[in-house]
Amino acid sequence: MSVVQPNPMRLIRRQAIVIGLAVGTYGVSFGAISVASGLSVAQTSVLSLAMFTGASQFALVGVLGAGGSVVAAVLTSVLLGLRNSAYGLRLNELLQLPTTQRPIAAQLTIDESAAMALAHEHQGQAASRVAFWWTGAAVFLFWNFATLVGALGAEAISDLDAWGLDGAVPAGFLALLWPQIRSRPAALAAVLGGVVALVATPWLPPGVPVLLAGLGAIGLAVVVANRLGGDS
Amino acid sequence: MWLAVLIGAGLAYLQKLLGFLVPNAFLARPVIRTATILMPISLLAALVAVQTFAVGTTLVVDARVAGLAAAVLLLVARAPFIVVVLAAAAATAAARALA
Repeated sequence: MSVVQPNPMRLIRRQAIVIGLAVGTYGVSFGAISVASGLSVAQTSVLSLAMFTGASQFALVGVLGAGGSVVAAVLTSVLLGLRNSAYGLRLNELLQLPTTQRPIAAQLTIDESAAMALAHEHQGQAASRVAFWWTGAAVFLFWNFATLVGALGAEAISDLDAWGLDGAVPAGFLALLWPQIRSRPAALAAVLGGVVALVATPWLPPGVPVLLAGLGAIGLAVVVANRLGGDS
Repeated sequence: MWLAVLIGAGLAYLQKLLGFLVPNAFLARPVIRTATILMPISLLAALVAVQTFAVGTTLVVDARVAGLAAAVLLLVARAPFIVVVLAAAAATAAARALA
């Protein structure tokens, strides 16, 4: 008796498209939040096209929206983007792409494409490559389209505060944060970040408290890593 | 604003390219790995706190707290991202209208 095996590549492609659509809904929120934070539709679209990494994008507009300086906003977005460097490292050894493809692969290196490539690692390099490229492309397409929709929608609303968009902004950040809290160090990092930022707010220029919270996480990481290392 | 957008985008791209260009044992060290996981968490938490309770350099409690409360409730209830954001907006607008 023979069992019909679904084509694994087709499954991967379908997964990639589903992920692209799901991430797309985040894009609408980003577009709206970016405009609510004071950026133009053009600036918002350029961010989704050129920066193309959700957490950094939200951070950039978040700090600018809180009145932070360009320096504070850029530094915060860079801090959040460091994990893309970690992904690139891992993907480089996994996918072993031709040199000419790497600059394009780099642009598409985000949480989702990295996660998909790694999830299909056991199925071989070809599967990982398909997973990476299709997820990266799908997310890129839907994220950018959704960003434009959200940005145009927010711009059409005359009084953003009356519509409660200033309450939607932190809610969006919380929704991004929530699924990442899966351990005690993570919960600690969240509480620490919030407390540090609030305590620092009256004393430092806008945007800098957020940066301080990020640096505090590095200190926490040192403590956590040393704790774990010393347990052997 | 354009300065932040363009510089931020440029740096973000360089960050991504870094991993593809420079195989580096530095990024694999446990402290670095832990830091890359914890940093987004602290930064996001800080943004939540500042965007809810700060106006410039002053701490205030206003309608945004209602939005945050709604968001927390819905996240505990495992609502989708867009529902959380929309409900927070609605709660904030309602709280502001009723105040």
